[in-house]
Order: sequence, then structure tokens, then C-alpha cells
Amino acid sequence: MLDPAGDSAHSAAWLWWGMLGLLGTIMLVVFILWFIALRRAPAQTEAAAGRAARWWIIGGGLVLPMTVIVLILAFGIPLGQRMLPLPVAGGEPLQINVTARQWQWQVSYPDTGIRLTDEVHIPANTPVDLHLSSEDVVHSFWVPRLGGKLDMIPGHTNVLRLQADEPGTYRGQCAEFCGTGHAHMRFRVVVHDQAGFRRWRQEAR
Amino acid sequence: MSPAPSAEQQTRHERFERVWGNRPGWGALSAVNHTTVGLRFLVTGLVFFLIGGLLAMLIRTQLALPGQEIIGADLYNQLFTMHGTVMMFLFAIPVLEGAAMYLIPKMIGARDLVFPRLSALGYFCYLFGGLIILSSLFLQIAPASGWFMYTPLSSSEFSPGMGSDFWLLGITFVEISAISAGVELVVSILRSRAPGISLQRMPLFAWYILAMALMIIFGFPPLILGSVLLELERAAGWVFFSVEGGGDPLLWQHLFWLFGHPEVYIIFLPAAGIVSTLIPVFAGRPIIGYRWVVVAIIMMGFVSFGLWVHHMFTVGIPQMAQAFFSVASMLVAIPTAIQIFVWLATLWAGKVRFHLPMLWIMGFLIVFVCGGLTGVMLALVPFNWQVHDTHFVVAHMHYVLVGGMLFPLVAGLYYWLPHVSGRMPSDSMGRWGFWLFFAGFNMTFLLMHLTGLLGMPRRVYTYEAGLGWDWLNLLSSLGGFVMAIGVATVILDIVLHFRFGRKADPNPWQADTLEWAIPMPVNAYNFASIPEIRSRHPLWDQPELMQTIPAGEHRLGMIEDGRRDTIGSDAISGEAREVMHLPGNAWEPLVTAALLAGVCLSLLLKTYSLAIIFTLLVLVACLRWSWVNGLHPRMAPRDRTGGLPLHSRTIDGPGRWGMIVALMADGTLFASLIFGWLYLWPVAPDWRMPEQSPLSVWGLLGSGLLLAAATGLWWRQARGAVSMGGLLLVAGVGLAHCVALVVTTFDAGLRPGHTAHDSILAVVLAYLIFHSGLTTLLTGLQVMRVRYGYTSRTLPYELRVLDPLWGYTVGVYWISIAVFLAMPAAFGGGA
Repeated sequence: MLDPAGDSAHSAAWLWWGMLGLLGTIMLVVFILWFIALRRAPAQTEAAAGRAARWWIIGGGLVLPMTVIVLILAFGIPLGQRMLPLPVAGGEPLQINVTARQWQWQVSYPDTGIRLTDEVHIPANTPVDLHLSSEDVVHSFWVPRLGGKLDMIPGHTNVLRLQADEPGTYRGQCAEFCGTGHAHMRFRVVVHDQAGFRRWRQEAR
Repeated sequence: MSPAPSAEQQTRHERFERVWGNRPGWGALSAVNHTTVGLRFLVTGLVFFLIGGLLAMLIRTQLALPGQEIIGADLYNQLFTMHGTVMMFLFAIPVLEGAAMYLIPKMIGARDLVFPRLSALGYFCYLFGGLIILSSLFLQIAPASGWFMYTPLSSSEFSPGMGSDFWLLGITFVEISAISAGVELVVSILRSRAPGISLQRMPLFAWYILAMALMIIFGFPPLILGSVLLELERAAGWVFFSVEGGGDPLLWQHLFWLFGHPEVYIIFLPAAGIVSTLIPVFAGRPIIGYRWVVVAIIMMGFVSFGLWVHHMFTVGIPQMAQAFFSVASMLVAIPTAIQIFVWLATLWAGKVRFHLPMLWIMGFLIVFVCGGLTGVMLALVPFNWQVHDTHFVVAHMHYVLVGGMLFPLVAGLYYWLPHVSGRMPSDSMGRWGFWLFFAGFNMTFLLMHLTGLLGMPRRVYTYEAGLGWDWLNLLSSLGGFVMAIGVATVILDIVLHFRFGRKADPNPWQADTLEWAIPMPVNAYNFASIPEIRSRHPLWDQPELMQTIPAGEHRLGMIEDGRRDTIGSDAISGEAREVMHLPGNAWEPLVTAALLAGVCLSLLLKTYSLAIIFTLLVLVACLRWSWVNGLHPRMAPRDRTGGLPLHSRTIDGPGRWGMIVALMADGTLFASLIFGWLYLWPVAPDWRMPEQSPLSVWGLLGSGLLLAAATGLWWRQARGAVSMGGLLLVAGVGLAHCVALVVTTFDAGLRPGHTAHDSILAVVLAYLIFHSGLTTLLTGLQVMRVRYGYTSRTLPYELRVLDPLWGYTVGVYWISIAVFLAMPAAFGGGA
């Protein structure tokens, strides 16, 4: 996911680097303060110690975490919103049904009736909605370079929105432990350009 | 050095040891003393830690190189499942409970916990349950569905072997020890503090443990209920989690994490308590911001129950709920930050002495702060979707758990070692152990963050080469082995110190808390006399206690009637209220736990007739235990004249407190059941609510009126009008209620094998029958005790213990009618 190739993955990577910078700085400052605290001479008077302590506790214990939380949410919530399968302007996104079972992926395209196993073909730069469900145990659909994961739970259908930047082949795998074959439960996502996707659809039908 | 004890002091010591000491040889198995039981918990827990660590080494060996087949997928799944299970259930929680059991009475100036035999029962349940779970590993039929046991993977269809049964039954058995420790610690902290220790003066450690114990009370029942339901589904084919028939696999995830998240704080709080105890001692000054810490502890306790869904961000729950739980998860950062900055301010203002325990505290700080910050990242939903169930989470979780629990635990171990052994640990070897462990840990887990970010999921037994994960995994594995060498060094250091350690001076770290007033190495009775405490830091502000306590100059300096006693005090002010008699060595805990193990094993082997026999034997053992443990003449001698009353002459003693706290856990179990009902009803895809409830309304109402009548009659009995005839009437009406309830149940013809609706109703009815039956039976027992004169108008103590149970039974009955009968009728069946 550090080499993103899809909208959601870009956002997540961006969040990662941002949070790493912010929280990493805080971490270093806390460590330095502790180091100084271990070395410095004790407070002269109880009153001085009390005053300093109030600053530490209110500043570090209340103000600091609240600021950080507000900051992270301010960036995180809008980005998260964009990952959701919300209606897109100008038509329905392409729908693909993926049903997992121990240990393979059944992929079907309701518009064309194409059926595949362990392979998903999608057009680039187009939002795609994957309707995920499971026939047996809980699985989870994940293409690290394209975006986040979503669980596939028997009795439920979850919708995952993905959008790939450019053509290529991407590795996908099951992310929820599902038994003996879990480690080998992989699939490929093949991203075509618009023309290539139309061609593939013709051939596959 | 303190002056050698006088001859008089020596005689006093011997007299106390005779009453408080354990029996020699095999008789030691009957020990109930909190010092002994606490140490047994600690040692057993450390053994399980080594086993769990060994499993981790096997896991790391398998993952060191890509495409290895040293360990196959099936065994690997057993290994990681057992690693998590052993570390969480058999190491982290029991060890901390053990530490709390050992330390709490000593810190609050008591001679034992208030229910010593319960602690012994808890220990044996833990030991036997742990052995049962472990045995599955040696038979190679260990649970393999992950320590989180997600259904349907753990169901009988997808895990047909006995593995999941071992987990569900074994863990439930072990949980008995957690609940009993929870009850015991809450009541002990609230009711047995030395006179003068008001809540304001309580050591911070006791606050932390109080919060932990209450969290156990409210946190474990959802898991116990979930395990029982899942086992019923596996063994009897009832429906709770399978979609077909109206269950939902997500209900398991909710119940599991309703427990699982608070559990993280159950582990963290006592460890933070160790940090808050050690830092002031080594900074040589009182902690700055005592009240801030108390507020932070309470806030943590509450908030931690509102976070469980953050383990489930990827299951597809509504966005609003995700946003709520995301914010709640981040809010935990506030009480954590408060504590971190309180510790910082205390060190800032004090003069720090840098001994071995402080080294581990520093390690804690660095590792835990890292883990906390990645926790804030994970709480952000869009980021969580990416890294959930990858090695990033594995790294985060080990930073939080090892950082937040193991580092402080080792710090505490080194700090309190002299208390147990009377000797000091070696500084140089201890440092080697620390640096090896610290370096190995970071090498393993710091890199693992990156492995996860590069897309490696959790719980895979192998991976392909060339994905950029190879070198990271190899280094992680090497780091793991360095860490193991560190652990070995620490253990060697601790073992050697018992023989070669320098003799410790009294109060070797110049601490402020009362446990250091006990002569070292530790004795069986803690304090030869119980002092009046006037300060939050008794040994700093009342240094004479070091001499006056062993000299017997305070309360209860003499053994009376050859019985164990300690002072009972007011929950808030800490004023002395009564003298509590504590029970001594007994075989009942061992026998009861062994019989419970029989129940557990026969359920595992599906020999149900044997299970019923064992259950009846458990019932008999418990009744006998309560018969000899209560106001038996052996327990309740003559009244004392003047001074404090005996607890058995009061109406508000520890027994009633224990009953109320236990019912809080019971009530949480019941509430979890209601949660399951209200969850499945609207959410489960195949849920069917029948047009009309299969239960007879008239039967339930009639039975309920009988119960109400029995409770009304009981109410008069428990408040003064004690008579054999009256109690007999109560028991009789109670029995009529039970019969009516059982008849109504069987009349309904429920088919729990077919629908989740019927399954839940069957569980509710079983729950009600159990409570009504138990209440009636115990009332019947009181009839006998009135006859023998153990209970009477002047001795109403036991009736007051039983009193809350009647209120509870009648309460859950009518709530059940409202929720399971009236609500469906009001909101429409047939849906």
C-alpha cells in the first residue's frame, strides 16, 4: 500500500505519511522530555513543582491529544467519505459480484453474465462497485495497491468501491483468516484501459 | 539495618504463623492464603508465558523465509491460535490477577483477601483449565480458528474436530478464576482497608486494581455467554450464529469484542498501576496529580466499553456507527496522555535514582508510546481499512501489549522480588537481560509495521518470495530469537538471585507503601498488628510503622480463639467497622475445582450423563462448602465484648458485598443475552418471529406472581421476622414457582435446533429456571440453618447475604417477560 495505484489507496497512503510525520514528531518530543526529566535537578519548591505539573498535565494530557484528534479527523473523515460507494454523477458504476468460498473467488458480471475464478477484470479510471459475499466462512477482499479491504460475511452483502489509476495487474488476497488454505487464497485484478476492457469483454463473453 | 526482633516479637511471630501458615507437605494444596495463592498464580502464569513464547518462536521460524514448509498450514493455525490464547488467557490476565492478589492486602493493610477460599478455587480452575487447553496441543487437536474463534469457521461444520470445543469449554472454565478474582478484589479493596485509608488516601495501585476488577466483572460475561452459545450450537445444533435458522455470525464478533476490547485495558491498567507505584518511589517524591490519575483511570474504564467495534471496521457496519466508534477510540488517547504526562511531571520534579526496575519502566515508556500512537492511526477508519488484519496490526498489538504489560510487569517483578525472597537482584545481569530483550523486541516488531504496510496479511503460514517481505521477515525472526535470549537471561537472573542475591535492607527502595512494612522475606499474616493510617504515603509520613507494626502495638495484635482475622472498614471513609473472620486452609476449593474439571472433560468427550453426575457433585460440594464456611459454630465463636463487632454480627458484611458484585457480573451476562436477542431480531437475514409466542402467557404470569409472592414473604424474613416456618413458606412458594416455570417451558415445545428465536428463548428459560431453583434451594438451606440456630433474629447475616439474590431473581424474571414476550407482541410478530 506504500505504492498506491488506486484512489482509495492514494488516500490511505497519504494519511499514513501525514500521521507518521505528526505523531512521530510528538513521540520524539515526548522521549526528549523524558530524557531531560531523568537528568535534571529536582524542583526547588513544592509550589514550583505544582505549577510546572499543571502545565504538563493540561498541556500534554488534554490539549495535545485533543488537538491531534481534531486534526486527524478533519483530514481523515472527508477522505474516508470519498472511499465509500456513494452514487456517482452520470450513471451507475460497474457492478461486479464476488462470492468467496474456501478457498477461491467466484467473480461474476451481472451485466454481461461473464463468470471468472480468482480473477477480476476492471477498466482503469472508472469507479467499480464490488458486491461481496461469502458461501461459507468469513473472508475479506483486499487488493493492497488499490484500496482498503472489506469482509465477506455469510448472509450479508458488502459493497466495496475501487478505482484503479492505470492498466496493470495487481495482487489481491484474502485478509480474514479462513482456515487451512488462507495463505494461498489469492487472486489477480487485471486493469485494462477503456478500449482494452471493451475488447476483453467481447472475448470473454 | 533494623534491630533484631525481640524475643517477644519472635513469639508473636510464631503464634501468628501457626494460625496463618500453610499445612506442611501435600497439605500445602489446601492453602488459601493470598500470599501463597498470588505467588502460585504468578509462577503458573510465567510457565504459560514460556510455553506461549515457545509457540511464537515456532511461528517465527516458519515465517523466517518465504515458501517454507517446516510447519504445515494446519499445525501453523494451531500454533498461532494457541499463542494468542495462551498469552491472553493463561498468561497476561492470570499473572496480573496474581500480582494484584499478592499485593493488594499488603498495600491496604489487611491480612488476607476477604474470600480466601474463593481465591484458591480460582487458582485451581485456572490451573486445570489451562492444562486442559494445553493438552489439546500435545494431542495435535488444538483449536485452529484463531484466538478470536470467528464463526462460521469455528462452527461444527468448518471445524469438525474437538479443537474449538477445547477452546470454548477450557476458556470458560478458566474464566471462573477471572470472575472470582474480580469479585474478591473489588470487595477487598472496598471493605478491608486498614483504618484511616479513605478513598482519598488509597495507593494509586489499589485504584488501578479496583478499576481492573470492575472491568473484569463487566467485561468477561459477554465472552462467557458467547462461548456457551457457540458450544451449544456446536454440540447440540442450536442456532445462534449460523445464518440458516435466523442467527448471524456477526453476533459472535460483537460478543467477542465486547469482551475483547475491555480486556486490553484489563491488562493495561494493573501494569500502569505498577508504573504509577514505581515512578514516585524512584523519583523520591509523591506523584504529581493524584486526582488526575484517578480521573484518568475511571475515564479509561468507561470509555473502553465503547470501543469494541473498532475491531470490526471492515465488516461493513453503518458509517455513522463507524464514525462514533472511531472518535471514541481516539478519545482513549486523553486518559492515556494524562497518565504519561503525570509520570513525566513527577520525574521532572523529583530526583531520579536509576535502578534496574526504572530501566524497564523506560522501556515501557518508549514501546508503549509507539504502540499508542499507531493505535491512534488505526482508529482512523479509512486507514484501518487498509492495514486491518495485516502485520501492521500485529506490530501495533505487540507494542501495546508487550510495552503496556510485559515491561511494567518485569519492572514490578524486579521491584518486589526482595519482598518475596529478602534478596536483591543482580544489577549487571539484569541490564543484559533488558537490553537483549529491548533490542530483540524492536527488531522484531518495528520492522513488522513495514511488512504490514507492504501488504502482508496476518495469519498466513507462508508467503511467496519477491513481494519485498523476505528480508523483513528474516530480520523479525532473528529479533525474536534475540528477545528469547533476553527472556532467558532475566529468568536466570531471577533464579540465581534466590541463592546469590545480596540480603535486602528493610524497605530497600525507600518506598512509601505499606507492603514494605512487612518484615522480609514475607510472612503468612502480613501485619502483626493493623495500624491507623493518616497519610497517602504511610511509610514516608509515619516511619515508625516499620517498628510498631511487628511489635504488635496496633489493633488485633493478639490471636483470639485461634482464628484468622482482619479489620473491615467503611468503603468510603476507611473507618474501622468490624472484625472480619477469615476462613483458613481448606480442601473444598481443590475438590470443587477438580469436580468442575470433571464437568469440563465430560462435556468435551460428549459423555453427557457423566457431565450431569459431575454437575450434581459440584452442587453438593458447593452446598457443603457454604454450610461449613458460613456461620457454623466453628466459624462464629462467642461475641466479643466491646470494641468492634464480628462481621457475622452485622447486616452489611463482606458476604453481602460479594453477592452484589457477583450479581453485577451475572446481570451483565443477562444483558448480553438481551443484546443478542435485540441484535438478531432486526439484523439477522433469516430471523423469524412467530405470530404468537410459543410460551403460555398465563403460565408465565402465574409463575411470575408466585415468584413475586415468595419474594414479598422473603422480604419480611430478611428484615427481622426470621422464623423457620416463615422461611419454609418462602421456600415452598418458591418451589411452586419453579414447578410452574418448568411446566410452562416444556409445554411450549420449543425447537431450538430449528430457529434462533427458539434457541434464545430456551437459553433464557434455562437461565430463569437456574436462578429460581438456586434461590429456592439456598432458602431451603436457610430453613435448616435456622433449625440448627446458625441463623436467627440476632444472627441475620446470612439472610442478608441471600437477600440481593431474591431481588435479582424476581428482577430478571419480569424483565424477561417484558423483553422476550411483551416486546414481540407489541412490535409485531411474524416479521
